[in-house]
Amino acid sequence: MNKLNSRDDLAVVREQAKERIKNIKCRVLICAGTGCLAGGSLKIYEKLCELCGVDKDAEIVFGEEAAHAGETDVEKSGCHGFCEMGPLVRIEPYNYLYTKVTAGDCEEIYNTTILGGKPVERLLYKMNGVSYQAQEDIPFYAKQMRLVLKNCGHIGAEHIEESLAFDGYAALEKALFTMTPEEVVNVIYDSNLRGRGGGGFQTGYKWKQVARQAEKIRYVVCNGDEGDPGAFMDRSVMEGDPHKMIEGMLIAAYAVGAQEGYIYVRAEYPLAVSRLKIAIAQAEEAGLIGDNILGTDFSFRLHINKGAGAFVCGEGSALTASIEGERGMPRTKPPRTVEQGLFGKPTVLNNVETYANVPMIILNGSDWYHTIGTEKSPGTKAFAVTGSINNTGLVEVPMGTTLREIIYDIGGGIKGGKQFKAVQIGGPSGGCLISTDLDDPLDFDSLTKKGAMIGSGGLVVMDEDTCMVEVARFFMNFTQNESCGKCVPCREGTMRMLEILEDIVNGRGTMEQLDLLEELGHAIKDTALCGLGKSAPLPVLSTLKVFRDEYVEHVRDKKCRTGTCKALASYVISPDLCKGCSKCARNCPVGAITGELKSPYTIDQSKCIKCGACMSNCPFKAISIA
Amino acid sequence: MLEKTYYEKADEIIAAHGKGKESLIPIMQDIQAVYRYIPPELLTYVAKNIGITEAKAYSVATFYENFSFDKKGKYVIKVCDGTACHVRKGTLILEQLNKELGLSNDKNTTDDMLFTVETVSCLGACGLAPVMTVNDEVHPAMTPEKVTETIKNIKEAENE
Repeated sequence: MNKLNSRDDLAVVREQAKERIKNIKCRVLICAGTGCLAGGSLKIYEKLCELCGVDKDAEIVFGEEAAHAGETDVEKSGCHGFCEMGPLVRIEPYNYLYTKVTAGDCEEIYNTTILGGKPVERLLYKMNGVSYQAQEDIPFYAKQMRLVLKNCGHIGAEHIEESLAFDGYAALEKALFTMTPEEVVNVIYDSNLRGRGGGGFQTGYKWKQVARQAEKIRYVVCNGDEGDPGAFMDRSVMEGDPHKMIEGMLIAAYAVGAQEGYIYVRAEYPLAVSRLKIAIAQAEEAGLIGDNILGTDFSFRLHINKGAGAFVCGEGSALTASIEGERGMPRTKPPRTVEQGLFGKPTVLNNVETYANVPMIILNGSDWYHTIGTEKSPGTKAFAVTGSINNTGLVEVPMGTTLREIIYDIGGGIKGGKQFKAVQIGGPSGGCLISTDLDDPLDFDSLTKKGAMIGSGGLVVMDEDTCMVEVARFFMNFTQNESCGKCVPCREGTMRMLEILEDIVNGRGTMEQLDLLEELGHAIKDTALCGLGKSAPLPVLSTLKVFRDEYVEHVRDKKCRTGTCKALASYVISPDLCKGCSKCARNCPVGAITGELKSPYTIDQSKCIKCGACMSNCPFKAISIA
Repeated sequence: MLEKTYYEKADEIIAAHGKGKESLIPIMQDIQAVYRYIPPELLTYVAKNIGITEAKAYSVATFYENFSFDKKGKYVIKVCDGTACHVRKGTLILEQLNKELGLSNDKNTTDDMLFTVETVSCLGACGLAPVMTVNDEVHPAMTPEKVTETIKNIKEAENE
């Protein structure tokens, strides 16, 4: 694309981009998010390009020489969020959503839908005997409010023209040409947009602080170090609609007078890095990043930094240290990042989802934003819903939506019809919510009151088969591994907590240790240096509060009711169900099972190493955990 | 001393990122992308060339989990141990890999330098749990059987 030198230039290109989409008779969008790519969506893309006669390497051109205007367009889109059903293919104008598509389905899709305009019945999503033609009618989507994720899955993720056709950079245009930087800051401040990365700190307040610093060299940094296990909403935005987030950063830079920006992305997200690189290069070429953007005095450069595998770098001061080429360790505050952040200069640091909220707030105003969500937590929140749930995936709902709506209405309920036990929210910094919390609204403040936090928005659903003590051990193991080692409470404290939890799951725990665990947890929470340490005990404290009886069972009765903690399990053969086939005895690696053919076998508990081989091999389901 | 080509490659990478202390991490990432590990001699060389002390370079390199001073196998397999994968029994995948390749927690690269097995905390592909990656290619919904098959396929492709 040629460099755009004025507002008019942008208007012309936007019009052409919209015209192009309007003229396309059939638009095929193949999900090319990490999930669907793993399911083979690239092959589907190539096959459909071939069938439709679309050159997949062609650049989008407008006007007379438009390559296939009026015909079919095949695009690689970002994540639709319905990962459970991938690979997904969406076909417009019919809005059909095809699920679990394979390369073998492409010819039928081409003949029936692209040429014929009819749906391929067997590829449509079905639930309770109803088959859904339009994506928007599927319960998973119908009950969501997709604002941040609006374009994810609906636009080609590797073409800036696609973004422009769907109002990409319109908010930047509005800010640059009709608003002063102060007005931009005020709109964001009034909107009460709160940081989506975990803390829920007011974005506008940060911007105000940076804007009033005496130092004129300022930075805008995007935290894309989405390290919480079980969270992937930021990845989906970076992969599916990178321009929205970049636009948010540009607006922030204009508002606070920053000249340079950095996006810090996890190294585990190679696709996000590559999509962002493409997006930045295209925005530079179009003159939307660089010197004198759209002919104004505003100049901005944007860099990408890849993380190197340290969870703690999601903490602000650790992240800036890492960009500076240091060990990623948090420092004492104040001075805060807004005063002395990156390279010691005033810095706006927000996460991906927060920046992606900015353009729509600028376009529609802060009053509009307050009509969504709750009074103190306006707007929507994206949640990554995983674990024991039917519709694993990414959902976006207004703040204040209840857990029940997310799990049952959108998520389709618990996998395998099992009993809901708990939801772990906010990853290793969060806590557990249980059935009595199902009908309470989810927002920043209500969760903090419960000793949990929204965190980045990972929701891991657990059913009756999940051992909560083991889950607490898992998270403690995670934070212990990721502790940077700078402060004693976190470095030593999490180690001690982990040791106690390991004792408990291995049947060596004592009742005194339970009290010690609680005491340690509170001490670390109060004294650790950074957010990682302060929140590290939360999963343990929260499970200790809600599932104390399970801890007591592990300690006093040496019993794990779910059979997850192998050391506490004892395998028994039911004499009624055992047919005496000897398969278990043949599979036992230590010869603990004996018996005579055609009569019930028995397990010698003193020899048993609790590997579970007998149980998984028994053809009659005669072996169970007592 | 390493072969001359290593230093030439390092010069090229340094030139691409510039000589500041903030270039250290991107330079190490690029070196590791080429050699699948960071030859210690090369880190010393980089430190000197970008104007930081050797101690500083090592302190940064050892802080981040992604950097390795040990040679890695041709195929680096990362098993996700994020929450969703953990809840859907991701540990069985790691156990099966170790069994297939004769590896353990202490030894994670095969003697023929073909495979390295690592764990990683969440690849963000939770919808497909449990997940593993082979040289950044995501393998979804893994089972111990699929592990065996994947390893077999790679070995067969290698023998051809």
